[in-house]
Amino acid sequence: MSRTHSIELDRVTKRWGASPAVDSVSLTADAGQMLVLLGPSGCGKSTTLRLIAGLDTLSDGRIHIGGEDVTDLPPARRHIAMVFQSYALFPHLSVAENILFGLKVRKVPSAERQERLAWAADLLGLGRLLDRRPSQLSGGQQQRVALGRAIVAKAPVCLMDEPLSNLDAQLRHEMRREIRSLQQRLGITTVYVTHDQTEAMSMADQVVLMNAGRIEQAGPPETLYARPASSFVARFVGTPPMNLFRLPEVPDIVLGLRPEAVQLTTSEPGPRPDVGPGLEARVADTDYHGADTVVLCRFGEREEQAMAVRLPGRAGLPVGTPVRLGWAPEDLHAFDATAGHRLPDDVLDGRYRHPAAAS
Amino acid sequence: MPDRRLGSQLAPHVHGWLLLLPAVALLAAFTYFPAVAALWSSLHSTPKGARPARFVGLDQYAAMVDDPVFWQSLWNNVLFALGTVPLSVAIALLMALWVNGRIRGRTALRMAYFTPTMLPMIAVANIWLFFYTPGYGLIDQVLGLFGLPDTNWLGSPATALPALMVVTVWKEAGFFMIFYLAALQAMPPSLREAAMLEGAGRWCIFRRVTLPLLMPTTLFVLVNAVINAFRTVDLVVVMTRGGPDNATALLLYHIYEVGFRYWDTGYAAALTTVLVVILVVLAIGQFVYLDRKVHYR
Repeated sequence: MSRTHSIELDRVTKRWGASPAVDSVSLTADAGQMLVLLGPSGCGKSTTLRLIAGLDTLSDGRIHIGGEDVTDLPPARRHIAMVFQSYALFPHLSVAENILFGLKVRKVPSAERQERLAWAADLLGLGRLLDRRPSQLSGGQQQRVALGRAIVAKAPVCLMDEPLSNLDAQLRHEMRREIRSLQQRLGITTVYVTHDQTEAMSMADQVVLMNAGRIEQAGPPETLYARPASSFVARFVGTPPMNLFRLPEVPDIVLGLRPEAVQLTTSEPGPRPDVGPGLEARVADTDYHGADTVVLCRFGEREEQAMAVRLPGRAGLPVGTPVRLGWAPEDLHAFDATAGHRLPDDVLDGRYRHPAAAS
Repeated sequence: MPDRRLGSQLAPHVHGWLLLLPAVALLAAFTYFPAVAALWSSLHSTPKGARPARFVGLDQYAAMVDDPVFWQSLWNNVLFALGTVPLSVAIALLMALWVNGRIRGRTALRMAYFTPTMLPMIAVANIWLFFYTPGYGLIDQVLGLFGLPDTNWLGSPATALPALMVVTVWKEAGFFMIFYLAALQAMPPSLREAAMLEGAGRWCIFRRVTLPLLMPTTLFVLVNAVINAFRTVDLVVVMTRGGPDNATALLLYHIYEVGFRYWDTGYAAALTTVLVVILVVLAIGQFVYLDRKVHYR
């Protein structure tokens, strides 16, 4: 689509007083891409979005939208639309007036306004609500109006600040798919802020995970899941997240293992030809999800370490059951114990015998 | 047991009435009874010495129509309201918009604007009496620097009423500013940001977003300002006593003079009734007219 624009951030920094809220962040959202800024609260993701929008001024760095340097341009001249967490609908205006607000301000002719309103209302199923006030709408409907206001201007870039956080779980799931399909259909370059990793994983072309104002890792969702760049990423992505644990054989390394990669066997007496010695553990808790069950096991000298194991169906393991945990060597991730960054895949070779390899 | 059932049914009602009692007693004794008594008195002649009040019907109201001071004070009051209400509301809004922004020392500014409200009217009147004093008052001293002649602001019929209006605006604007400021602070900043992103300039945001959202506050402030304009009396008592030549006689001051200087209580009661009717009509009119334009969440 010719209207699509890319977004580039070049070492963007925002300081409040002395401490940086956003610290030298560089990223690129390609035209038509859905980029999700993910991170815990206070990591600087919303501030980054506001900097792109021009609602806050940056302390350092440059921002380009569609190849144009917009760093010093006011929000209105950046050709962007934005959906706010609170929706920011004008309470004194009807749904139609809310959607048309920007077009009226920009003096778009009346005939075209009506045409675009009909188009947006049809796309979002708002046809019968156009005369209502925002206070007469449900949360989901308000959300749609906010989306309508964002798309009606046909801006090539859309920014979304946790747009689904005020909806209930069911509706959130529905809107997630709707926003994604809308974004793909219209080819809008989108920067989407969320603290919900499920949302990020399911919607994004590119996930940028932030922590304390810096980017921890940027890449497609599969990469963040399969090869987390740091122990922070490993802990943040996935439900439940990756198990991080230590073994006495490798004291300077934190080991990571996805719950679905753990092989669990009940430790019955007798020889086990398939599985090696493994880790002796004890079932501490089971969390049943329907399709699968997450079994929390404790191990170590004083049972101070924990390992979540994802098992299909209902596991039926009573608390206290002794179990044995094993894994394939290629499923094991290694992180530096102090700095937290990912270590090369071969770092464990010759230093630590995998339980599975020992058979 | 039937007794107990009756008791348990009555108990909530008794509790309710007991809780209401203090407010009801105060309102009845000091608001409703005097209002009804005034209406009653206005239909009777003023008792004098051995001659008790007797029913005269609408005679007091007929006398009012022929009373030139009544008409003058009513006209003065209309001018006073027209001169003070829009101005003080507009200034209040401007000040609120200004001190709501990110400016240096805004707390001090807010305090400064609010100070006149905290002063008693009598003190304010005395301060301004000094400002207006011909010859050595503050205003004449400042004007004197530019070689302008002395003016008797409160002493000439042309300037006396405007002079009182200035004092009223000075005192009221800060009070109304507080309401506007509270409303502005309650307004989510994202509304402004959303409007900004849609390309609206400052004036456009003010006209199409801020002002409509301030309408409930404006209605409240307007009703209060109008009522205040028709209740003003302390200022007149301290500064001009209605003079010169009734140029600053406002309705309530006229009532005060008739009632407590000439002791014509029957006529004063009739004047009071008219004043109350005027206020009620104005208040209802504003609510009905503006309510259609006001958005309530």
